[in-house]
Amino acid sequence: MDPMCISCRHCPVGNTDTEEEAMAIIQVGTRKGLFAYKKKGSGVWTMSNRQFVGDPVNLVMKDPRDGSLYAVLDLEHYGTKLRRSKDGGFTWEEIGVPEYPSELPLEKMPSPDPEDAGREYQPKLEKIWALAPGLVGQPGVLWCGTIPGGLFKSEDLGASWTLVHELWNKEERKVWMGGGQPYPAIHSICVDPKDGDDIVIGVSIGGAWRTRDGGKTWAPASMGMFAEYVGDPDLAKDPNVQDPHLIVQSPTNPSILWTQHHNGVYRSSDRGTSWSESEGLSPSSFGFVVCIHPYDANSVWLVPAEKDEMRVPVDGKVVVNRTVDGGDTWETITEGLPQDDAYDIVLRHAMNVDPTGQVLAFGSTTGSLWVSEDQGEEWSTLSHHLPPIYCVVLTQ
Amino acid sequence: MELGAKLVQVHFTGNLRRHVDCPSMKVGGGTLIEVLNGVFDALPQARGYVVDEHGALRRHMNIFINSERVADRASLTDTVPDGSDVYIMQALSGG
Repeated sequence: MDPMCISCRHCPVGNTDTEEEAMAIIQVGTRKGLFAYKKKGSGVWTMSNRQFVGDPVNLVMKDPRDGSLYAVLDLEHYGTKLRRSKDGGFTWEEIGVPEYPSELPLEKMPSPDPEDAGREYQPKLEKIWALAPGLVGQPGVLWCGTIPGGLFKSEDLGASWTLVHELWNKEERKVWMGGGQPYPAIHSICVDPKDGDDIVIGVSIGGAWRTRDGGKTWAPASMGMFAEYVGDPDLAKDPNVQDPHLIVQSPTNPSILWTQHHNGVYRSSDRGTSWSESEGLSPSSFGFVVCIHPYDANSVWLVPAEKDEMRVPVDGKVVVNRTVDGGDTWETITEGLPQDDAYDIVLRHAMNVDPTGQVLAFGSTTGSLWVSEDQGEEWSTLSHHLPPIYCVVLTQ
Repeated sequence: MELGAKLVQVHFTGNLRRHVDCPSMKVGGGTLIEVLNGVFDALPQARGYVVDEHGALRRHMNIFINSERVADRASLTDTVPDGSDVYIMQALSGG
């Protein structure tokens, strides 16, 4: 199959129902449960599973090493929990969650809220905001990004977790801020598919950081981003004040990273050493999510919104922006998406593409779920009635 | 525990039983943390649902010792008299 042939929905590539596609499943984590839609045929999807109904499911991750699904439950009364399923999401077991060591010194609260800012607090697990598996050659390794800004590693598939002290102890980490949350959040963990010790993380608000030795040393990886919201033009270039909303890495060309930043869309071709803004985005360069093709680093999808206090679709129209040439040009796709009075916002983990690169899905805070079977050319509605959608993961 | 000492009856909110199998149980008295440690020894999976990683009562949980709400939420040093009923409850929050 020609991976570059994505521009025409009438060609055989875009409409071929391969055996893999026929088995595609969309896992949808929502404010009130985890729901799965299974593809039954071209354009035909049915809800095939309902789990944790009533409970917030913030995040879902599939581990390609063994097929396990992980779900993060953000139970308001009982804290954040982590569950694993080895049968595609039908039965679940509870595993461990990261715990901040009690001996850590008190921190000063980095909240943007003046009433909270500077107040001392004891770091503890507020939320799990990112999960990533290690490589095949690293059995048992999982990475977990949290609020209030700690990165954790497990070497036993989540039974136990260890704080990456080398990152936590960095002076720059101590001035990370909350963005939309009282505390900073590690929301992106990009593990180089060829070198499991080479990892880039994304932080709201703390920029991007890279380790090349499995977490022992860290260096800023957000040079070139620009934080308009800090006011001072020199400070705005500081890598540590950047707010990448999500960072993704090309699985087949890991030098290529993309981010949907608070102030625009940026691309790096050197694993975050430098970033350049991608211009020409319409109707907006603001948004939360960015989705990259599984084997074409030049193909990327975004869902723009009105920035930034508004955070609604521009003119009430839900659109997808797509590039197939590395950001030189962008097209705005509306086919199958609501174009009147739609107020759907798509959160950072709520869009995903399947391993074939053909099927995409995204969900909104107003419970709408859309799917495309032709690389985003045309969309169909699966539901307008789900709870607010936090994350979307395509599995097979 | 001394032979013949009166035990404390610990009750859990029914909501928690959606996640953890935690029937009412009898444990030894003392301070609240001693009572809870007795509970968690028998039901280790319940610990993380009631207290955080530092042992403090979770923000949206409440504990009543008989009809008195727990005073020390951070270290759980409240005294639990023998024969008490301890109720582990969820606070009314969320939506």
